[in-house]
Formats: sequence, C-alpha cells, structure tokens
Amino acid sequence: MHLMYFTEQPMSTYPADKGLEFGATALMFSNRYFDPVDGSRLYNEFLEQYLYAEEVGIDGIMLNEHHNAPFCMQAKANIFAAILAGMTEKVKIVMLGNPLPLAENPVRLAEELAMIDMISRGRLVSGFVRGGGQEQLAAGVNPAYNRERFEEAHDLVVRAWTETGPFRFEGRHYQNRVVNPWAVPLQKPYPRVWVPGVISRETIVWAAEQRYPYIALNTSIADTKKIWQTYDDVALEAGYEAGPENRGYLIQVHVSDNEEKAIENARQFRWMQGEFTGLAHPVWSTPSGYSSPRNRRAFVEFAAGRRANPRGQTSFEQQMEDLRIIAGTPDTVVPKLRRILEETRPGILALWGNDGTVSQEDSMTCIRMIGTEVFPAIREIAKELDLKSPFEAEAPVSIRYSTDLKAPAAAAE
Amino acid sequence: MAGGCDEYWREVSVAGVPVRYCRCGAGSPVLILHHDIGCPDRAPFAEALSVNHDVLMPVHPGFGLGSERAEWMRSVRDLAVLYRGLLAGLGIGRATLVGLGFGGWVAAEMASMAPADVDRLVLVGAMGLQPREGFILDQALVGYIDYAEAFFKDPAAFDAVYGREPTNDQLEAWDICREMCFRIAWKPYMYSQTLAPLLGSVTAPALVVHGADDGVVPADCAAQYAAALPNARLETVADCGHAVALERPEALARLVQDFIGE
Repeated sequence: MHLMYFTEQPMSTYPADKGLEFGATALMFSNRYFDPVDGSRLYNEFLEQYLYAEEVGIDGIMLNEHHNAPFCMQAKANIFAAILAGMTEKVKIVMLGNPLPLAENPVRLAEELAMIDMISRGRLVSGFVRGGGQEQLAAGVNPAYNRERFEEAHDLVVRAWTETGPFRFEGRHYQNRVVNPWAVPLQKPYPRVWVPGVISRETIVWAAEQRYPYIALNTSIADTKKIWQTYDDVALEAGYEAGPENRGYLIQVHVSDNEEKAIENARQFRWMQGEFTGLAHPVWSTPSGYSSPRNRRAFVEFAAGRRANPRGQTSFEQQMEDLRIIAGTPDTVVPKLRRILEETRPGILALWGNDGTVSQEDSMTCIRMIGTEVFPAIREIAKELDLKSPFEAEAPVSIRYSTDLKAPAAAAE
Repeated sequence: MAGGCDEYWREVSVAGVPVRYCRCGAGSPVLILHHDIGCPDRAPFAEALSVNHDVLMPVHPGFGLGSERAEWMRSVRDLAVLYRGLLAGLGIGRATLVGLGFGGWVAAEMASMAPADVDRLVLVGAMGLQPREGFILDQALVGYIDYAEAFFKDPAAFDAVYGREPTNDQLEAWDICREMCFRIAWKPYMYSQTLAPLLGSVTAPALVVHGADDGVVPADCAAQYAAALPNARLETVADCGHAVALERPEALARLVQDFIGE
C-alpha cells in the first residue's frame, strides 16, 4: 500500500462575499482579491506541511495544479515538486498531475520532470491529466483538441524519456524537429505514470490500455466499483489482470484528536460555496468539445439550468454518509477507511487532509495523526487484504514494458 | 426558405464531406453563408432574395445536428476553399457572395482567393478582422442562449427566431456549432491575421453592412472591411444587432437586392 498526503493548497483568505457577489469563484473571478502577502505565508505553510508529512512517515506527497481560482494555489505543480525534490529525502513526489494539453512544448515538460526525478534521486511519480475545462480557457488552449493533445503530448514525453536522441517528432498538434533533451529520468524505463480522474470513461479506458494505475478522485464506493469494472475489462482485453496495484483512491479525510472539531473542520471541504472547485459557469467547466459527445445533451441542459449537474452535487451530510468525506479521531476514521479498502481494494491511497480555512495548527495535527496513527493501521489492513502498491507488486511501468501479457480472453476461446 | 420548401434541400460531397445546401429561385447565383450559431429553420432574408436570384445556402459542415464535420478542417480558410469546391462542382463560375457574421469572414476569404469569380460581395457584421477597438464577443465565456441573444438588439426578434425557451435540440446544435468554431477559429479568436492585405485584390463591388447595435462584432471591423476592399460601400442598419438577416430581414434584402441590381 502506498499512502499519500494531499492538499489542494486553498487560497483561503480571499473574500468569500466577493465571490458570492460576483456569482463565480473561478476563471473570471478577479485576481484583485488575491493577496500576495497571504499567498506568501500560505505557500510556506503548505511547504511546512509537506516536510512534516515526510517526518511522520507518510510515503508520498500528491501534488496538482489549477488556474484562475482560489480553490487551488498551485499554478505549476512542477514548482513544488522541484522544491520537494531538493528538500525531502524519502517521500515519493506524486504529480497528479501535469495537465498535458496545456503544454505547448511537451519536450520541455519532459525535461522538467527528468530534472525533478534526478534531483529527487528517483522519487518522481509523473501523473498526467487533461486539465479541467476552465484550465483550457485560462491557458488559451483549444478545448476541442484536449484529448488529442493529451494523448499526443504523452507519447512525445515518453519518447523523449526513453528514446535516444536526436529524433524528430511530427504529430498533429506537436511538431518538434529536434528532440534531444540533455536531461533524462533517473528511473528506468521511465518514472511511473498514474492517471487521476473523476468522470470520463475515455480516460479510464486509456489508462487501462496503457496499464497505468488510475486514481479515482473522491468518487463514491459505488462509482469507484464501476470505474474498476471498466478498467478491469479493458485490462483483460489488453492481456493482463488488473489488481490493487492498478487502483488508487483519493478521499477527503480530516483527522483530529476531537470528534466535534474534526467534523467542524471537515465542513471546510465544502468551503467554496459547496463546490470544491468553486462556483463557475457550466460552459467554463465544460467548454464545447472538451467532454465526450455522449455527455453533450446532459451538459447543454445543465448549462441552461434545465437539469442537475451531470457530475453530481451532494451535501456535506450526504458526502459523510457516502464516505466521500470522513472526519474524526483515528479510532473512528480507520474503520471507515477499512470499509473503503475492503470494498474497492486500492493499492494507492491519498488522504486529502484539510481544506479552506482549517488552521495551520489543525492541519499539522491532522498530518501527525495520519502519519503516526491512521496510516500504520491502514498498512496492517492492507497486508491483511493483500493490497499491494505498484512498487510492492513490482508492476511494470506500462503495457509496453510488460512481460506477462496473455492473449486477449476473447481471442483465446 | 428551409421551412417552407424542404424539396429544395440537397446534399453533395465536397472534399470528402457531405455538404447540405438549400437551392431556391432563379436568376444570377447568390451564395449565402450563415452565422456561427448555425442555420435557422426559417430564412426570410434568403427567401426574399430567391425571388430574383438562384440562391444557395449551405449549412457549414459540422455546424449543427446531423451536419457531419470535416475532421481535417483546421481553419476558416479551409472552409472557404471547401465552398470554392462546392461552387465549382455545381458549375457555378461567378457568384455573388453574401456572408453573415462568421459567414462574412468565410465569404471574404473566398473572395480573396479568387477575386475574378466574385460577382459582388456582401459582408454583414462580418468577423475575420481584428478590431482596433473592442473585441469580437468570446462565446467561450457565455452560455448558449446568452450568446445567441447577444446577436439581437430586440429580445422579441430573438424570440421570433428561436422561441422564448429554445429547445434542447437547439441547445445541442449550438454546442456543436461552438465546438466547430473552436476547432477552426480558436486562436486568434474569430479573425485572421493575413486576410486584410489580401482583400486589396477584390475589386468586385462590395457592400459592407453593419447593425448599428451589433454587440458581437465591433463596428471597426466593418470600417476596416470597407477600407480594405477597393470598391466597397458601408451601410449601417439602424436599430439592429449583429444578426441583421434575422432581426431586419426585409431591410437587408432590400439593401442587397438594390446593390445587386445597381
């Protein structure tokens, strides 16, 4: 079991009333409300949290990025990854992930990640994402080619990592006439790639085809099981049997030494007016062409206010009930996590420990209790349930480097 | 036109893409190119022109339900070349090109690439040039209905075309149109950086029309077209938004008929 700590790095001091007044807290919500004095303090507090996470024995630090919104202060995940590469000794630096379509030059991204891998002495896990709809608009990147760019940039990055240069890459969206980076990853054949996601079936299928672990982001147990069913089916077709080493899960868990306080702090998971990514116009979060055509009808109806959000929206209480938010002391938190592990059998688990205006002191308490009480108990449960991480299972980095592939089930009959 | 005369709809393959078009009337050929929000069911402007002209109105491939898109298409100039192919395939040499909004950009591209094949050019609220003041409205930031409503000065005119509550089919059609706009006109958004100098070769008589209350395309675009086209006249339609052909169809038809008859 690989156990990680995650924070969205919330810009918690923005004036919430101004967001409500404007009617949105994303993309077009003015950065006049971003106070760099608070920003400077918060970035350093997050750094303190990460260093402490390593100190209390957490295996990995999960990093991500978003743009133009207070819910996440990381505008470039590689910045914190680079800092942690130099300042930590043991933790895995787990990017979940770099939004590939936003890259205008994936080779440069490959270079940055190779540097992080070398500086960290091989501790990089290089996850990739499509980036949310709003990220495309914030970066001026065409949402209609999001998936094409994602897949093509991935191929270019992997080639830049694994093929001897110089070589030439002529893609549909990327043309690099000389690929020859003088920075290549320390880990061979290349750093592990994990793929996080929530809703897109296409991404689950793609991850399974690549044999990359898929990290379900705070989905309900029922939805998580559906994701694994899709993944497992594709895996069988691709010639391997998926197991816990292919499955990751991120869940909002706040731990405290006091039940009431834990629940009070956990309410902060809904700090952005109930939407963790903030309030936004639906056409910002799902620009035309960004989503699968299968979802088009549902999204246009949602955008016109004629139906509920196809991505779902549930209350704090319902999320507690569904175990999408867990809060309490280690004694109450561990049995709930056990149920999730039993039902969904992941080999990678990330706890999103705190959000919104939870104080630095409470965040540090949460991290300490996760590291010294919750995770030791989870490790025992994982052993009992035989939930191995990709590292423990020595899983191949990707399908291309698999030596155990069977003929597809259908063809064998 | 489309509403009353289904028998006038045809389909032809151009560059491997099925192109649906409506052809109606007799006289000199007039090609009408529609807005970026698709081709509405009723087109009174086109109907009026079809009294004296052979009017062709294609649905841009990929703009709307049941309109197959050209996966390979990457620019508005590609679309203009495709329409050159449509006309050639139909044996139409010279035609009057009438472009509405986004379709105005397509018409201007068509004119610039074959100036001798332009009988007359009519650009109505045409996109395609970068305004020196203001910006072309960014549909990526607004809802489907909000964007279409911005095409009209008078909300009642919007209602008359799309209904007070546009159908879910219409919403879906607008999303499909929007996706195609993104595919071919994302960056720079809704204008070309190379079109203006090429317009100097278009010596055919040109009529540049602009709704006085256009909230989508700044008036400066019309001024630039009128200045860049050597033989152009600028007309402003009072009390009208971006979609002149939808909001003031009779007034526009009169202007265009008079212009073609000059």
